[in-house]
Amino acid sequence: MARALTSKVVTANALLEGDAIWFTQTNEWTRDIAQAELITDEAHGDIRLLEAMADQSVVAGVYLADAKAGPNGPEPVHFRETFRTRGPSNYAHGKQEA
Amino acid sequence: MYIYNDFDEQFVRNRVDQFRDQVTRRIDGSLTEDEFKPLRLMNGLYLQLHAYMLRVAVPYGTLNSAQMDKLAYIADRWDRGYGHFTTRQNIQYNWPELRDVPDMLSALADVGMHAIQTSGNTIRNVTADHFAGAAADEIEDPRPTAELLRQWSTDHPEFQFLPRKFKISVTGAKADRAVTRAHDIGLRMVRNDAGDAGYEVIIGGGLGRTPMVGKILRKFLPKSDLLPYCEAIVSVYNLLGRRDNKYKARIKITVHENGLEKIQELVESRFAQIRPEFVGVNPQLLSQIEQSFAAPTYVENATDGYEAARLANPAFRSWTDTNLSDHKADGYAVVSISIKKHGATPGDATSGQMRAMASLARKYGHDELRISHEQNVILPHVHKSDLLAIYAGLRAADLATANIGLISDIIACPGMDYCALATARSIPVAQEIATRFDELKLEHEIGPLKIKISGCINACGHHHVGHIGILGLDRAGVENYQITLGGDGTETTTIGERAGPGFGADDIVPAIERLVLGYLDLRENAAETFLAAFRRLGAKPFIALLYPEKAARNAA
Repeated sequence: MARALTSKVVTANALLEGDAIWFTQTNEWTRDIAQAELITDEAHGDIRLLEAMADQSVVAGVYLADAKAGPNGPEPVHFRETFRTRGPSNYAHGKQEA
Repeated sequence: MYIYNDFDEQFVRNRVDQFRDQVTRRIDGSLTEDEFKPLRLMNGLYLQLHAYMLRVAVPYGTLNSAQMDKLAYIADRWDRGYGHFTTRQNIQYNWPELRDVPDMLSALADVGMHAIQTSGNTIRNVTADHFAGAAADEIEDPRPTAELLRQWSTDHPEFQFLPRKFKISVTGAKADRAVTRAHDIGLRMVRNDAGDAGYEVIIGGGLGRTPMVGKILRKFLPKSDLLPYCEAIVSVYNLLGRRDNKYKARIKITVHENGLEKIQELVESRFAQIRPEFVGVNPQLLSQIEQSFAAPTYVENATDGYEAARLANPAFRSWTDTNLSDHKADGYAVVSISIKKHGATPGDATSGQMRAMASLARKYGHDELRISHEQNVILPHVHKSDLLAIYAGLRAADLATANIGLISDIIACPGMDYCALATARSIPVAQEIATRFDELKLEHEIGPLKIKISGCINACGHHHVGHIGILGLDRAGVENYQITLGGDGTETTTIGERAGPGFGADDIVPAIERLVLGYLDLRENAAETFLAAFRRLGAKPFIALLYPEKAARNAA
């Protein structure tokens, strides 16, 4: 039986714009972490990582990041991943701008 | 300044064409990210937290107004209307899109600029004293040396895959404004007993994970031997440097592990071998380069108006007190333009500000600008009679902050607001410290004080050589800031001492405030700087200021 792990999301940067994106259950990439697939099983996580990495022509730098379940969907755990969901703190650039 | 010849021009254009083709192949899926990454890094393109980042080399920090205007144009056309000047005298664009980067590089090539070797395990942009050619204490202008090194190191076939990155810095002055002792090779121009100019060659300095002060490899190297000697150093390092462990791969570790004597032996022996057949060195070439850095034609004007304006206008007087340095020519001054407005991001200039600085350089500054490693912009040659006009122009562009060398003139790396390697943010800490001391209206009373902030152990923010250094770390998923004290990046280079446990994000600014206000009580008089007081008293009283509870317990 696969070992339970800290829940994760698959994340990457969009190839053309470079901004943070997350992998959904339906094999699409979203700009909103809440739409991402929350992975709670290590073996499944490894498979999803490989599947996401196969999307070479639209993404770069794929990895698994810790995440937790929130009321609206997955939420980041570490502050680095939180920054990726909004943008830098010195200007309202990046995702927080939208 | 140096203008590209046909060879330089063709080389840079070819590289843009190659990169354009590589980007096309990445986008159409012919290249994987693993294949593309080393190609983009060779051209200064990083993938960061929120976007790509393009790092453009400003060779030895020197720009003319057309180049500065082009940097502004690039910021508006393909980025977010600003650029970030870095501690390596480069400029970084934080928001380019992959498809646009070849056009950005092509625009740079139009003004003799590029992003080649601003990343990767190669010889990086050669840095130099930002007062080069202007400083009153200069033996010779270091820029011809830096330009010669740029030409030699660019696309050097033997040195494209070094064990790790390699940074060279040059100063021609007695005061070291180029942090030469914290570089892989530091070159200080000196004169020998016969009065000839040459170099003191320093190697193995560096900050980062294992900070080390460089050691003197050769006390005097004749100018004509520069290239074969540097080639000997880098080729010895290329073979001897460790490739098994990235953290032990810099030349500072090679020197540390093998000892200076062994490195000296190997370098001298390699030098003896390659010197006779060294075709890269050509005294004619150096003399041509030297001619392109000839001093401007200085004007002679009265400076009475300047003195009168100083008396009449306290804000102008305050700015001239902090932002001017001595120039070698009579009636001239070196102007430092602060890119450190209180509360703003250190080193960030808008496109409008870049154009304003370019315009002032054109009108009043012999068309020259410099980027300093302290993330400010310099107008190196300004006649004092033009200072009031320059000040007015800077005020109009929101660039007249009078704080050079003071507590709010903080170096900060981009930190975790942008950088994928960072472990904590740097920019907000810098913004809050500057804002706080501006509120206290104490920074002029505090006097010269260098705070330097890095958002990770790689030390792009030079925290080890800050009088007060701040290092941002990730402690169990929370931002944490360690303080080092007593660092110095000048000719008396010292690595700062770690003060003790780190502070949380909410506690770091109050800790700095306690430290600095406490220093005001500790100093002998207003002339004793923070660093001088630290050297006189040692770390103990300063540590007590940072950790009052512990000090109270110890006293009980």
